[in-house]
Amino acid sequence: MEIVINGTAHQLPDETSLDRAVALITDSATGIAVAVNGDVVHRVSWPRVRLAPGDRVEVLTAVQGG
Amino acid sequence: MTESLTDDPLVIAGDKFSSRLIMGTGGSPSLDVLGRALVASGTELTTVAMRRVDPSARGSVLDLLAAHGIGVLPNTAGCFTASEAVLTARLAAEALGTTWVKLEVIADEVTLLPDPVELLDAAEQLVAAGFTVLPYTNDDPVLARRLEQAGCAAVMPLGAPIGSGLGIRNPHNIELMVQAATVPVILDAGIGTASDAALAMELGCAAVLLATAVTKARDPELMAAAMRSAVVAGRLAYRAGRIPRRRHATPSSPPVGT
Repeated sequence: MEIVINGTAHQLPDETSLDRAVALITDSATGIAVAVNGDVVHRVSWPRVRLAPGDRVEVLTAVQGG
Repeated sequence: MTESLTDDPLVIAGDKFSSRLIMGTGGSPSLDVLGRALVASGTELTTVAMRRVDPSARGSVLDLLAAHGIGVLPNTAGCFTASEAVLTARLAAEALGTTWVKLEVIADEVTLLPDPVELLDAAEQLVAAGFTVLPYTNDDPVLARRLEQAGCAAVMPLGAPIGSGLGIRNPHNIELMVQAATVPVILDAGIGTASDAALAMELGCAAVLLATAVTKARDPELMAAAMRSAVVAGRLAYRAGRIPRRRHATPSSPPVGT
């Protein structure tokens, strides 16, 4: 299935968990926040959230700014 | 001196800071330069932005702030609507473990001025959700009052557009905001050099937030030290009370006995 992570399409196995999708982007254990289709998903929930085709995943962190 | 500076903390939402200089981190040529500037500034609270993870990025501004014991204030820079800003604040809270947010809702990319309608909407939503909201706002005393009524922990008027270095274009409005507000008024954006920061404090602002004036200075570390001194000097002058302005000279030496 196709999942869009940070604006880029990825082909992932069906029912891939959110924590596996995030791991494609970063292995950082802290300072990361994730939204799926515009809703924040708490880190503790990542392993049990199963992605569906077309889901949009955003993986954010703090950068210099302001 | 009747009181030392340490008896005069900045208090935001019950939290005390001995430094009245809040720093931004944008525009710095490197994390190393940024680190030295932040230390020289004496800041205890510093803003960061939330962006997509860049797998190629080396070093982290969060690690830098943690290493120097500086508090993190996430902003919602880049948001144009209340809903974008609320989501960004929620993501920042998740990533950084803080419910404090510098709320920015920008009207357009040319002026970078706050959109007052979206800003107030976002402030109301975030206050209701339990956030400590520090809104970046126009130098409009009426909007500042509405933001305070909405439950914001401070109001942060611009002195001039972001990154312009034009100083405080409407000191009268800043003074009006200070006189009316019961929450800290923090001058945010437009500072170009140390005298601008001193003026903000002399007008009665509780603190100054700046980034570009330091990060884009020829010597960021030196300018950070200048800003630190300026904020302290301006605060002391505000507390000391300036003399009235007069149209004509008044002798400062005794006029008799010459």
